[in-house]
Amino acid sequence: MPRMRRKIADRVQGFMNDWSLPRQFAGESPYSTAAQSTQSKTLRPRLEDADTVGTSICPFCAVGCSQLVYAKKGRPIHVEGDPRSPINQGTLCPKGAGTLGLLTSPLRLNYVQYRAPHSTKWERKPLDWAMERIAQITKRTRDETFTHTLPDGSAVNHTLGIASIGGATMDNEENYLIKKFFGGGLGMVGIENQARI
Amino acid sequence: MQLWSLAHADCIVIMGSNMAENHPVGFRFVTQAKQRGATIIHVDPRFTRTSALSDTYAPIRSGTDIAFLGGIIRYILADDLWFREWVMAYTNIAAVITYKYKGPEDLEGYFSGFRDKDGCYNVENWQPAGEPEPSPLAEHHAGHHTSTTETLFGARKSHHPPPEDPTLHDPNCVYQILKRHYERYTPEAVERITGCPRDTFLRVCEALTSNSGRDRTSSFCYAVGWTHHETGVQIIRACCIIQSLLGNMGRPGGGIMALRGHCSIQGSTDIPTLYNMLPTYLPQPNAHKPHHSLKDLLEAETVPTGWWHNFPKYFVSLLKAWYGDNATPDNEFCFSYLPKLTGDHSQLPISLATCDGVTRGMFVFGQNPVVGSVNSDLIERGLAKLEWLVVRDSFETETASFWKKGRLVQRGELRPEDISTEIFLLPACAPAEKDGTLTNTGRLVQWHDKILEPVGDNRSDLWFMVHLGNRLKQLYADSTEARDRPIQALTWDYRLRGKQQEPDALQVLQEINGCTWADKKLVASFQELKDDGSTACGGWLYAGITPSADHNQARARQPDAIGMETNHRGWGFAWPSNRREMYNRASADPEGRPWSEAKRLVWWNDAEGKWDGNDVPDFVETKPPGYRPDWSKNPQGMEALAGTDPFIMVPHGRSQIFVPSGLKDGPLPVHYEPMESPIANPLYKRQVDPATKTWPRPGNEYHAPADPRFPYVFTTYRLTELHCGGLSTRAMPHTAELQPEAFVEVPPELAQEKGVAQLDWVVLSTLRGEIEVKAMITDRLRPFTIDGRTVYQIGMPWVFGWEGYARGDIANVLLAIFGDANTSIHSTKALTCNLRKGRLGGSASQPMPKTPPVKAPSGQEVLRRIDKLLADKPDRIGHDFSAATIALCAYRGALLHQTGNAAPAQKDVERMNQLNSVISVVYGTHYPIGGPKWEPLEKARERFASLIAED
Repeated sequence: MPRMRRKIADRVQGFMNDWSLPRQFAGESPYSTAAQSTQSKTLRPRLEDADTVGTSICPFCAVGCSQLVYAKKGRPIHVEGDPRSPINQGTLCPKGAGTLGLLTSPLRLNYVQYRAPHSTKWERKPLDWAMERIAQITKRTRDETFTHTLPDGSAVNHTLGIASIGGATMDNEENYLIKKFFGGGLGMVGIENQARI
Repeated sequence: MQLWSLAHADCIVIMGSNMAENHPVGFRFVTQAKQRGATIIHVDPRFTRTSALSDTYAPIRSGTDIAFLGGIIRYILADDLWFREWVMAYTNIAAVITYKYKGPEDLEGYFSGFRDKDGCYNVENWQPAGEPEPSPLAEHHAGHHTSTTETLFGARKSHHPPPEDPTLHDPNCVYQILKRHYERYTPEAVERITGCPRDTFLRVCEALTSNSGRDRTSSFCYAVGWTHHETGVQIIRACCIIQSLLGNMGRPGGGIMALRGHCSIQGSTDIPTLYNMLPTYLPQPNAHKPHHSLKDLLEAETVPTGWWHNFPKYFVSLLKAWYGDNATPDNEFCFSYLPKLTGDHSQLPISLATCDGVTRGMFVFGQNPVVGSVNSDLIERGLAKLEWLVVRDSFETETASFWKKGRLVQRGELRPEDISTEIFLLPACAPAEKDGTLTNTGRLVQWHDKILEPVGDNRSDLWFMVHLGNRLKQLYADSTEARDRPIQALTWDYRLRGKQQEPDALQVLQEINGCTWADKKLVASFQELKDDGSTACGGWLYAGITPSADHNQARARQPDAIGMETNHRGWGFAWPSNRREMYNRASADPEGRPWSEAKRLVWWNDAEGKWDGNDVPDFVETKPPGYRPDWSKNPQGMEALAGTDPFIMVPHGRSQIFVPSGLKDGPLPVHYEPMESPIANPLYKRQVDPATKTWPRPGNEYHAPADPRFPYVFTTYRLTELHCGGLSTRAMPHTAELQPEAFVEVPPELAQEKGVAQLDWVVLSTLRGEIEVKAMITDRLRPFTIDGRTVYQIGMPWVFGWEGYARGDIANVLLAIFGDANTSIHSTKALTCNLRKGRLGGSASQPMPKTPPVKAPSGQEVLRRIDKLLADKPDRIGHDFSAATIALCAYRGALLHQTGNAAPAQKDVERMNQLNSVISVVYGTHYPIGGPKWEPLEKARERFASLIAED
């Protein structure tokens, strides 16, 4: 029983120590010292665990907000707006602020999935196998559908048999190589992007 | 313009965008402008958070933007409220147009020169009197010419400036044409068409005009609420006319802010993965244009006057970047290796051609067409016809899983066992997992770092392309075929790093930046580029982004401290030349003085003989305001532009209020009703834009005007929390929790009429398909009184699908495939539909009749199809083209089946090449750029006949 009483007394004492209102009446700021509690004093920002921080750009709309991505051992632990950016000055919208959820979503794919013709299921396949198979079928389809000259004799050097459509979240460097290799190399003309539609 | 420039506007009109919800951080600058006293206006069919934060909300019916903007143009002209000094100096308002020009007020909604049969215009009738004017953008050259215009611009000479009448009295000067053209767009007409109350409309006009001029500037902000119409380009053009009349271009707080939707949608246009362009707005050569050799192409496409006169330097430097040492003057820098177009190979025609069997394999990089493209069921049908499909994404998208969870499978139209498509789903890196650059909506290129290690098989698209390229280069290494030379000749020596052999993105960016070829020294500016093969440059507009080996300006992070003394030029790189505002010469008066101290940006520094200012001047740095071209010497390029011609990318340096060439559906914007509309066009006899690209076919039918079966206007949009068709935000736990499932917004009056209560299930239907979704009854949508009767509008977010945490039916199932005449952009904002209470029953879902498998036709059957095309010469909306294409592709399929996996004999390769050329021609006639060309099809018929005669 005394033990119980002491426990209640401790809790009351703890509450009185942590109760913000008396300190606010005493003139302390509700935004700093008056907001502190026993628990908050022991809290540490998770950023302290980061071993790396780098500048990224928000992957959603085209406003171009800068983000600071904090990582520990190569895995993300926090994403926030970059206060230096003249565009967002540290702010982010609900999508941008949720970028950590994009990076760590349980739904992310981590391995190659393959569906054979007429199959009813995905199969996991090695990346190297998939790359070789894709290269082989790309070559086969290109060779089968290539047009060198039109019936009127004009050269076209193209294939309509393969198309590529992209999302507008790819890097400029990636788009450049897609157009260069698919267009300038393979002769594909149906190369399109979300940027049109 | 840069987003932060909006903070300096005195009035901002947001139209075709829900900026506060969809570009929330960009909206900061609108809020800042408001705090400084600016008037904010929102014109939109829905009352949204953007409306709530605006001073004036003007409701309009979807698809009537040109009527509204045309009304503003009329208001400005009628009351003489235009910025006369700016307009007279910097626009083509005084240009005199040929007497052959007639406008829609004379021709019941058409401009002169329409060829009904081909569904396209001959632009000869829109030219300045005495001299045709070429299109300003290289992008348009490849697309625009018809046989007549080729002759028209055949000799691109310029001995004198276009004729002008500075008194503006000539009945065929642009000013008089403009007045006549917009005469009927009265406030009463605006109210009748758009449903916007007259007083509200006039309040918008008053705010705009009183906040424009010497001391004040106004901006417009738009998003896909403008572009996603078959008249999207013309809506933006109407805004250009307003901003040109009010002098709001190239000035702080003035301009037109295109709020683009994805983080590098601007970059994907600049360094395009688009069919009609090579990097940074160079035209992709076209088989049906004088592009047979490099010499021909440069001769045909080089604009005589203005900055685009430098076109050959950029084109040759690109070829040098791609084909390196193999590109020499003797082989025209490998020009013949570039594939040539035979038609419109943009996404909508590709989607249709995929259904017909033209496309055999498809790569999908981070796009999700089953959700994001219109007519989702038709997209699924196309995917099911493919031989193979490669999807690269961070998540299992609807596009990747259509074969087991798609609507066709759910409805029993197909079983997975029936679908022969071989599918690869490859995990792709998120931004912080790779290096690279993204270009924001203000042309600001920003580098992002690789901070995280990709898990498992996650790889960047850069990795995928470099490694796929390496493998294919190896597969083709020993080939002696001429057609394989481009692959062998392509420069493809990319450094690989680390365990995962990741390519170095900076090396690719430096290739885009350009170098002098001999010593590989990076160029600091596109002014260093040459047309003799001594320089290589992958994208001329990005030259200067990495001006030296140790300088990556895209990674620079030095914003201005306070104020905007350099326009944040130390932060990232804005093309061209790190210039923040394009056409900023217009911020100074003709003499080179700022129009006002409040709105100064660049000015002429007479003491030093150069242009100065808070930005990189968009002008020849040392050209004085008093410079005038000497026309007796036949000046070319920039020499032909005066010191008072700010719009240097336009051949004559002036803002084009009237556009003589470059547009396929008219030199001035006209109000047409949307393709699907509840009413007849109140302004003209012509109902819809006559040049619209339409492709009706079973499964892609359109609703007739005022079809009583589909009485409601239907619009789509996205949400703050859920981003576009990409699965990304639906797979992010907290955004998915905030918007957990699909809904349709219904006005209370309609809900009452239909007996629908809050959160009841309703079925939405069009001729394309039906979906079920819960109703959210809200007065954010209000009934419109249009042309004397009540019109209801309903709206639905298009961001849902069957994958991820937040799910719901796909709104785009309801939409149809047709496109803007200029851009082939689809239309998602103004269609019609029906709504009924209840759910989709088994019987209500109306599965499409199963299409019987196509039996391989005989050669004679295919030939008969082609003969029918030649005999009927059907317009592009006929089904004969589709039937002929299906037959041809099935015939090809049967031939390939015969050869099997064995390497084909040389004779067979040649036969296949010839058969493919017939398919290319039929495709080009079906999906032409401009009018269809029948001669190539006649030749194709002959070739096919001789092919089958060999059997």
